[in-house]
Amino acid sequence: MLDLSRYDSLGAALRDALERWPEETCLIEADRDRERCRLTYGQFKQVALPLASALERSGFAAGDRAAIIMTNQSKWLISAYAVFHSGGVLVPLDYKLTASEQLQLLAHSKARVLVTEYPIWSALMQAEGFRDLRAKTVLVTEAPPETDLAGAHRWEEFKATREPAFVPRQRTDMACIVYSSGTGGRPKGCVMTHENYLEQCMALTSLYPFWPGVRYLSILPTNHAIDFMVGFIGPFTCGAAVVHLRTLRPEYVREAFRRYKITYMTLVPLLLKNLEKGLRERFAALPAHKRMLFNGLVAVNHLLTRRRPRLEVSRRLLPQIHLAFGGELRALFVGGAFTEPATLQFFYDLGIPVANAYGLTEAGTVVTLNDFKPFRPDTVGKPLPGMEVRILNPAPDDVGEVAVRSKAVMSHYLDDPERTAETIVNGWLLTGDLGRLDSTGHLQLFGRKKNMIVTAEGKNIYPEDIENVFEGLPVKEFCVFAANYLWPERSMVGEQLVVVLRLERGQSFSDALLEELSSRNRRLLPFKRISGYVLWDEDFPRTASMKIKRAALAEQIRGRLDRSQAVVAL
Amino acid sequence: MRTLEQTTEEIVGLAATHFQVPREKLSPDDDFFKKLGIDSLQALDLLTRLENHFGVELPDYEIQGVTDFRALARRIQARL
Repeated sequence: MLDLSRYDSLGAALRDALERWPEETCLIEADRDRERCRLTYGQFKQVALPLASALERSGFAAGDRAAIIMTNQSKWLISAYAVFHSGGVLVPLDYKLTASEQLQLLAHSKARVLVTEYPIWSALMQAEGFRDLRAKTVLVTEAPPETDLAGAHRWEEFKATREPAFVPRQRTDMACIVYSSGTGGRPKGCVMTHENYLEQCMALTSLYPFWPGVRYLSILPTNHAIDFMVGFIGPFTCGAAVVHLRTLRPEYVREAFRRYKITYMTLVPLLLKNLEKGLRERFAALPAHKRMLFNGLVAVNHLLTRRRPRLEVSRRLLPQIHLAFGGELRALFVGGAFTEPATLQFFYDLGIPVANAYGLTEAGTVVTLNDFKPFRPDTVGKPLPGMEVRILNPAPDDVGEVAVRSKAVMSHYLDDPERTAETIVNGWLLTGDLGRLDSTGHLQLFGRKKNMIVTAEGKNIYPEDIENVFEGLPVKEFCVFAANYLWPERSMVGEQLVVVLRLERGQSFSDALLEELSSRNRRLLPFKRISGYVLWDEDFPRTASMKIKRAALAEQIRGRLDRSQAVVAL
Repeated sequence: MRTLEQTTEEIVGLAATHFQVPREKLSPDDDFFKKLGIDSLQALDLLTRLENHFGVELPDYEIQGVTDFRALARRIQARL
């Protein structure tokens, strides 16, 4: 791999990667069982440089911001490289947000360029607020011929022949603005520097190396910090290949393992559970004698891999399992949400190590990672090299807030010094998560101190971001909370949101109000919905500017109401 | 050529069979995530079955934000 300690920017490192491995495959894009595109590093450069040249010709310059809103595909990475080559700042946005949320973040990030796909652009054009879009250059991929793109350019035709100048950046310069939340009005744009990414990449690849020939299957959205790092920067700075699948259908994901002989893949707990369920069903369907034999082989594998994974041994003992995963799989990574130890153990006993991790965008993605020395499914692993982890204000059982310090921690929140000061204190990033470091340095998580939930799909949901759907609800006031924030619970699974309602004087909770509440709730995507409501009989404490004092309100509710009786399920 | 109503009916019927829910308990405007108690992956699984039934191909993003049978039927109808 490239020695990243010698580089000042992602652009410089990626540029050298394109020169160093011109004949190696870097990208494969498949849609279901059809391969759409395959590029070597040399071919990648031939596509990316004309794009960078056209961007520069359009006036895009060092420090300018370019947003990408795309599903996982080759043009995502090609566009990102062109932005870095031109000295730009990348703003990866979630394609699953609504068009109005995307417009809000585009405005907040002050993106000068937007790269997007035709269906997303169509939705943006129809959204309220589209006229306020300030991006000067919009590039749209895969637009049907003869379609009016409202002034946007076709990505495929946006190129110039002049060799683009490479624009150098400093390590401390802004590389990306990554939104970890904030579609509800106060966006949290994590400003990540080039150093943040270079340091994180060195730490991760020291534990899980990539090399030419390695194939990483990218199915998490590339705008997500995890896939950006392990599905782009990591493989590219090591000469490895990224395989993009344009569908998440389990049958095609399974097929991709075999077809492309995948080495690594990252998934969220929901997908891992789905894989586990499918495998368990297949095992259960085996004839009794075969099942006994199989269980015996799994037990032998369990014994032989107690101290560390032994891939060659596992592949010989359980060849059908390993061939079903392509025969080259070295590890799966799982992150974004809590994974049950039993699920991790299930895969480990089959000889498929699942490295579970804990991290957050603000910390430069990964804080701790399981290194299998030895396998500890009851923890989220040990801190990455260069990552200091402290437990603040520990209780008698040593559980306290997890704080981290490293060169990978973000610089600040964009245009929000107040929130930055609350989050990074004396150089330590306060995660809001509760954990304990055991005697071997493994981190165990126990719950959250912060007012948010994480779903099994790895989605972080902040109450403030969904409250606008309840605006106008016929009550005096309302406030959404994570139930575990109101009533702290040491649990990382089954987290729920609840709305606290303060009714008008003399108002009773009617069927009409219940219907209104339920119907508004249905407007939210399923994973964002509230699970219940709480009736509260006092006015909410507010600041001088009339903002709800959430922490104070939570404390009052906690003091007077019992969770099991107060929460009414919707 | 099916009408939108027919397409919707067939979708509801297929979903009922696939997830083993009595047909009469489902209606076109139901939120299928909630009514069937399914997650996003199971919804993709349903989509695959619908594709096979109707002989169309729907990219994953086509069901972004779609939560009820009728809206799903409109997406499929547009490709019939």
